Amino acid sequence: MKYVTEFRDPKAAKSLLAAIAQTADKIGVTRAKPLHIMEICGGHTHAIFRYGLDKLVHEGVEFIHGPGCPVCVLPMSRIDECVEIARQPGVIFTTFGDAMRVPGHKQSLLQAKAAGADIRMVYSPLDALELARRNPDREVVFFGLGFETTTPSTALSIQAAAREGLTNFSIFCNHITVPEPIKALLDDPDMVLDGFIGPGHVSMVIGTHPYDFIARDYHKPIVVAGFEPLDLLQSVLMVLTQIAERRAEVENQYARVVPEHGNPVSLAAIDDVYEKRPSFEWRGLGEIDASGLRIRPKYAAFDSEEKFCIGYAAGPRHFEEPEGCACGAVMTGRIKPTACPQFGRGCTPEMPLGALMVSSEGACAAYWQYGGARAAAE
Amino acid sequence: MCLGIPGQIIAITDPARLMAMADVSGVRREVNIACIADGPLEALIGEWALIHVGFAMSRIDADEAAKTLDALHDLGEAQEALEAMAAGQAALEMQR
Ligand code: SF4
Repeated sequence: MKYVTEFRDPKAAKSLLAAIAQTADKIGVTRAKPLHIMEICGGHTHAIFRYGLDKLVHEGVEFIHGPGCPVCVLPMSRIDECVEIARQPGVIFTTFGDAMRVPGHKQSLLQAKAAGADIRMVYSPLDALELARRNPDREVVFFGLGFETTTPSTALSIQAAAREGLTNFSIFCNHITVPEPIKALLDDPDMVLDGFIGPGHVSMVIGTHPYDFIARDYHKPIVVAGFEPLDLLQSVLMVLTQIAERRAEVENQYARVVPEHGNPVSLAAIDDVYEKRPSFEWRGLGEIDASGLRIRPKYAAFDSEEKFCIGYAAGPRHFEEPEGCACGAVMTGRIKPTACPQFGRGCTPEMPLGALMVSSEGACAAYWQYGGARAAAE
Repeated sequence: MCLGIPGQIIAITDPARLMAMADVSGVRREVNIACIADGPLEALIGEWALIHVGFAMSRIDADEAAKTLDALHDLGEAQEALEAMAAGQAALEMQR
């Protein structure tokens, strides 16, 4: 956590905090009866903790950490399927580093690598594509995961592979979308959410209109935000101002990066390569309708699920999560990480039980990294 | 993985594949520029872009790039991105 004096512009931060406090008082919220503002993106969760924004804002504003870390919402069975693919003879399995330590039922990818599978961390699906070009006798699989920010990268990679006629490159597609889980949370009668901080980089791809339903159908404000501390404070103020004025709109605080209609090239590539799955399993949230993407039949040759007949291509699925883990409740903001019985006991960054403890964008890891001392004091 | 990192386009390396060389915090990395190529490619040289897992996703101005880099360094995400780039390079060179 930082002090306001260390912010890039401490004066601006102080005046935003004062305006937030004033608006919160006007609405009449208190520590006992707070507003619940959900930040959807894991990058925002990380920034809120890094800068201690949750402690700096008026005590009537409570941040609820949303399901916006793609690694955290992966069901364990998807990791099991990665390991299964990676262990096939001839396969080079490539992945973002974030996914390496996520536990599966038996092994993480890191453990599978130690046991002899050819698993390589890459920065980009372009690296996987290059590996396929250089190793025509090997089968190169890329673990495609992430929200709409990463989806264009795998879509463009599949298009490139198709153009070049590569036959040894495929993607194990786990791409998910942001609007559907928000809808699922809004439909959940147990959830009380008063407003949203919308993801910045996802919105750079999809624009702001996919969130229209939040304001129109659920009458909740959402403000698309950048992830610098001042962006976040300003966005909180914008949400509060809407609530004070009884408005519910989609506002764009991050207009310098997020165009209203998104990025046309990215959207066209996504649409060409992917279609919606009827439903997709989220860790802690269960199956959510139309929340995941799969590769269209015309690109089936680049679809690892088809190539290896695994995952959704292998038929109906059933999942069990480990006992005593509260990942689902944390993921939906129902409880704070420290309320999970495993937090710091059965589950630490060194020995994670849930993915929320692995990724720097996971709420449990953020609490652990920045809030350990704070939590102990509470 | 979810946050982009600013980089400056310094050369077009493969116009057919829409690939360019970018300077990301002093590290050179080939990136795809399909998403920002809305005019002559040469015009992109010197421009800043938000680079996400090897793809330039959005053009930004130099001031925005500096602010974003600052925040990423604070969050430790800049270091993470640079390490991932190095890991990607190593993965290509690995023989087995
Ligand atoms: S502490 Fe571990 S087990 Fe508990 S919710 Fe967080 S990641 Fe899941």
